[in-house]
Amino acid sequence: MQLTDPRRAAPAVTTGGTPAPARRRRRWRGRSLVLNLVSIVLGVAGWETLALLGYTLPTPAAVARRAGELVADGTLADDVRASLRRVVLGFALGTAAAVPVGFLMGWYATARALIEPWIQFFRTIPPLAIIPLAIVLMGIDETPKVFVIFLAAFLACVIATFQGVVDVNRTLIDAARVLGARDLSIFLRVVIPASTPFIFVGMRVGLGSAWATLVAAELIAAQSGLGYRMQSAQLYYDLPTIFVGLISIGVLGLVMDRLLLLVERRVTGWQERR
Amino acid sequence: MATPKISVRSVSKTFDLAGHELAALQDVSLDIADNEFVTVVGPSGCGKTTLMNILAGLEEPTGGHAVVDGREVSGPGPDRGVIFQQYALFPWLTVRRNVEFGLREQGVGRRERRELADHYLRLVGLEQFADALPKTLSGGMRQRCAIARAYAVNPSILLMDEPFGALDALTRVNLQEQLLQTWNEERRTVLFITHDVDEAVFLANRVVVMAARPGRVFDVIDVDLPYPRPEEARLSPEFAALRNRVWRAVHHQDGGPAVVPQPSVPTA
Repeated sequence: MQLTDPRRAAPAVTTGGTPAPARRRRRWRGRSLVLNLVSIVLGVAGWETLALLGYTLPTPAAVARRAGELVADGTLADDVRASLRRVVLGFALGTAAAVPVGFLMGWYATARALIEPWIQFFRTIPPLAIIPLAIVLMGIDETPKVFVIFLAAFLACVIATFQGVVDVNRTLIDAARVLGARDLSIFLRVVIPASTPFIFVGMRVGLGSAWATLVAAELIAAQSGLGYRMQSAQLYYDLPTIFVGLISIGVLGLVMDRLLLLVERRVTGWQERR
Repeated sequence: MATPKISVRSVSKTFDLAGHELAALQDVSLDIADNEFVTVVGPSGCGKTTLMNILAGLEEPTGGHAVVDGREVSGPGPDRGVIFQQYALFPWLTVRRNVEFGLREQGVGRRERRELADHYLRLVGLEQFADALPKTLSGGMRQRCAIARAYAVNPSILLMDEPFGALDALTRVNLQEQLLQTWNEERRTVLFITHDVDEAVFLANRVVVMAARPGRVFDVIDVDLPYPRPEEARLSPEFAALRNRVWRAVHHQDGGPAVVPQPSVPTA
C-alpha cells in the first residue's frame, strides 16, 4: 500500500521571533502555501492527463462523483468513523502505554535489560504478520484490529521516549540536585519536561504507523472502515472507490499529524531550534 | 583563622581509566574561611573541577575528607550553591521560574518565592527578563540567571566552575565586575574555578594555584587588594605584580612547563 507521507507534505512553519525575520517568514509562508496549491493543481492535472491517455485510472471527476455518492448515502461517514475510532483508540492506548514503559526503561537499567529484548523482537515483526495470531487469540471483533494498531504505535513511541530519558543532559540533573531536588522531584521536574520533545517525535512516528497498519487491521473480517471499503471495491474493480479511500486516509492522516504538530509547538516551544 | 568554613583534608581522587589509574587529585589540603573569595587556577587536568564536584557532593573522594561547616560532605545540599560552566538553566522554564526552582524544592510558598526571585533577579540586573525563556538570552545573561538561581536558595557557599569560561572577553570582564558587586552586597564563601589568571587575581582574596599529574596544590597566593575593586584596580602596579606571580606559578611550574608524556585527561 502506498500512501503519501503526511509528515513531508508541507514545510514546517516556526512561530515567534523578532519582527523583521517574522515578517520575512510570513512572506515565505504565504509563498510556500501558493507553491503547495500549485503543486496540488499540477498533480491533479497530471492525473487527469494520464486517465485521458487511456491508462486504467479513473478521472478525477469520476472519483469526485463517487465521493459525492459515498458521502450522500452515509457510507463514507460510517467508514471514516469506524477507521478513525480504531486508529485513535489504538494510537491513544499505544502512546499511553509507551510513555511510562519508555520512562521505566530509560530510568532503571534493570527495567531496560528486562524489557528491551521484547521490544526489539516485536519491532522486527511487521504488524501484518501478527494478524493471524491476533485472530486466533482475540476473535474477529474490534479487539484484534485495535490491538495491531496499538502495537504499531506503542513500538514506535516507546523507543523514542526511552531515548529521550537516556539523553537528558546530566548537568541539568546535577543542577537540580544541588538545588535540593530529590529523585522523585528530579524525575517530575527535569526528566519528564526534558524528554517531551522526544516523546512527540515518537508520537508522530507512532501515528504514521497506526495509519499504516489500519488497512491491514481491517483485513480481519471488518464490516466497515476505509480499508474494508477499499478491499471490497477491489473485488468489483471499483477504482473510484479505492481512490476515495486512499485520499481519505491521506487527508485524515495529514490533519491528525498537523494537530499533533500544533500541540508539539505549543508544549515544546522552549527548545532552541537549529 | 577561626574554624574554617570549608576544610579539605588530604583529599585524593583516582579514576580508573581503561585499566590504569589516574590521580586527578593527590593529597589536596585547603582551608577556606567564612566569606572568603578563593579562586582556583591551574592547567587543564589539574583536578580543579573534580575538587569542586567533591565539595558540591556530586563526586566522592577516594581518600581524605571534605568538610563543610564541621560536617563531612555527603551528597549535594542547599547550603552549597553550584554554578556550572554550561549555565544548566532549565530551558522549559522562564528566567523567574528557573530562579524559583530551588525555592520550590524547599517548600517556599508562592508569594515568597516570587518576592525572593524578583529580589535576586534585580541583584543580577535581569528583572526585565523575568518572563523570558533561556533560549532568548545571551550567554552572559544566562549565566547571570544561573547566579541568581544559586543565590536564591540562600547558600552560605557558592561553588563556581569556570562560570565565565564560555563567554567572550568583554562580557567576561563585565560579569566579573558584576559578580564582585553582587558578592559585595551579599557576601558568601566563594570557591571559583578558572583557567584565566587575570580573572583569578581580580576576584579573589586568595588564589590557589594547582598543578597537574597528579592534581595537587602548587602554591597559594594572597591577594591583599581592598574590596570593592573598581575596574581601575586592574591597571595598578600591585595588580600587575600579583598577576605576574600567579602567571609564573601557573605557567612555569617546576621551573618550566611540566610536560610528562601521559595519556590525555578528560576535562569535565
